[in-house]
Amino acid sequence: MFYREAGDFKTTYAEDNQTFPLKLDRIGYYAILLVGFLVVPFVIDDYWVSAVLLPFLIYSIATIGLNILTGYCGQVSLGSGGFMAVGAYASYKLMTSFPDLSMIIVVLLSGAITAMVGIVFGLPSLRIKGFYLAVATLAAQFFLVWMFNKVEWFYNYSASGQINAPERTVFGFNITGAEVQPFVAYLFCLSFVVVLAWAARNMTRSNTGRRWMAIRDMDIAAEIIGVNPLGAKLSAFAVSSFYIGVAGALLFSVYLGAAEVGEAFGISKSFLLLFMVIIGGLGSIFGSFAGAAFMVLFPVLLKNIMVGQLGWATDIAAHFEFVIVGALIIIFLIVEPHGLAALWRVTKEKLRLWPFPH
Amino acid sequence: MSTVETYTTPDGRTIGAPVMEMKNITLRFGGVVAIKDISFDIREGEIRAIIGPNGAGKSSMLNVMNGFYHPQEGEVWFRGKIRPPMRPYQIAGQGVARTFQNIALFKGMSTLDNIMCGRLTHMKTGMLSHILWKGKAEREEVEAREKVEKIIDFLEIQAIRKKPVGSLPYGLQKRVELGRALAADPELLLLDEPMAGMNVEEKEDMSRFILDVNDEFGTTIALIEHDMGVVMDIADRVVVMDYGKKIGDGTPAEVLANQDVIDAYLGVDHG
Repeated sequence: MFYREAGDFKTTYAEDNQTFPLKLDRIGYYAILLVGFLVVPFVIDDYWVSAVLLPFLIYSIATIGLNILTGYCGQVSLGSGGFMAVGAYASYKLMTSFPDLSMIIVVLLSGAITAMVGIVFGLPSLRIKGFYLAVATLAAQFFLVWMFNKVEWFYNYSASGQINAPERTVFGFNITGAEVQPFVAYLFCLSFVVVLAWAARNMTRSNTGRRWMAIRDMDIAAEIIGVNPLGAKLSAFAVSSFYIGVAGALLFSVYLGAAEVGEAFGISKSFLLLFMVIIGGLGSIFGSFAGAAFMVLFPVLLKNIMVGQLGWATDIAAHFEFVIVGALIIIFLIVEPHGLAALWRVTKEKLRLWPFPH
Repeated sequence: MSTVETYTTPDGRTIGAPVMEMKNITLRFGGVVAIKDISFDIREGEIRAIIGPNGAGKSSMLNVMNGFYHPQEGEVWFRGKIRPPMRPYQIAGQGVARTFQNIALFKGMSTLDNIMCGRLTHMKTGMLSHILWKGKAEREEVEAREKVEKIIDFLEIQAIRKKPVGSLPYGLQKRVELGRALAADPELLLLDEPMAGMNVEEKEDMSRFILDVNDEFGTTIALIEHDMGVVMDIADRVVVMDYGKKIGDGTPAEVLANQDVIDAYLGVDHG
């Protein structure tokens, strides 16, 4: 009812450029941040953190990363699982090689290493586009998983071929290993999410983002108005891989604790991320969150209903979960091909006018 | 006329030294000769039209001018210097902007963002300052926005500022594309059939915008157009091409009197 822009006048271009032009949106955003940082840590338990919040936060980072590459720059990538693996193994090697290194730096460095790998695998994008590029990134996916399987140095010659996160602390709290308090892991990941989402938003609303979108929408015209395609595409690959690498590092060290590359970072992870991006909405930061939330929360919800409420057998529930989620993805793509972000936008437009039809 | 350094148009504008000179350009695609040994210049402040029947090589000429094609023979001189082979985005950085025959807007972006893209070559902040946003990046963004808003006012497209360009009607899209090219403050503006597919009213509007751009900003313009009436009205000098060759060059009146041009457009009387 009071969701209005009437009376909310902008007198400078800087005000018009705000992330949330509507006052109510701004208040809502700060409220969510406050609740996220000050209320949630005190009320959550282990189940909420490990089943819902951590995967949601970590996949949000990865989804923002893939959205930058696919949604903003238009380069389809099926290699995200492989890039997550790079982040995970980079963090493992850094943690074991430099035991005194702060976990914050470890995660950021893992992202940087993934960014460099991303640039290398982004080079074909200068020549090939669309489906062909998707296949080229698929090659990256298989190559990276194969490499982390075959080269024993990456998992420190352990007999199982697994990597296990050693215990590390941040500001005196355990962040990896067996004795992590749920709220520490949550706050650690939340901080990364907030900073990275804010950075992504700033990039996409400035020239960096405009260069990417110009390449996405029409690469020839982009080059003719002065966009260097090499710079734009490789920077998208670098930034995107950085995000995905950070997500991979967090997924392995904070969430999973132990990982085997084919299982944790296989092709299904690439598709999961792509689903999140498409369902959330290509080219939208909010959509990245929405997509990650949908793909993480919905199965949990379904499971709770089917096993918890209806008392079905777990295996039947698991199969039904696949069927329902799959069907919903298809329905979504037919009803709203631009994803949850577009749905949200339409809702907001309606709310602005409500209760009047026009 | 092309021998003198400056000349004055009938409406009293003084046309200066050449901005771009094409010297003996030959462009081949395999065995097909698209442009054959053509030379002409475009002078500071003038509206230069390139006309010719379909397939004469006009668009190829424009593509040579902004570096999309590299001619096999000949030289392109820009601002009194020979231009080495460059990528199109480098040439954009030198101040050559263009529009396309088939609209080449960024369909997923708003009108505002499309025109903001035109200012890319003038904006210098890097990715790190973009991430921080506050400070340099925001200041530069606001400066660019002020320029862009002037262009939006000039083209009278305020109402569609935040609309996605994909949903706009054809005539407006053409206008937005002109706006994107103008946002670059170009030294040379290349327009590839700015009036193709427009009705009379839209053509009049577009002609007026082109004349105003030339008049208010002093922008040098080279344009390709099929509508002879429009060309004769707004162009200072005209190059006529046919089958990749230049068959006429001069003021509209001179070109109209040229027998080769008449032959190319109306056919030769074989009777």
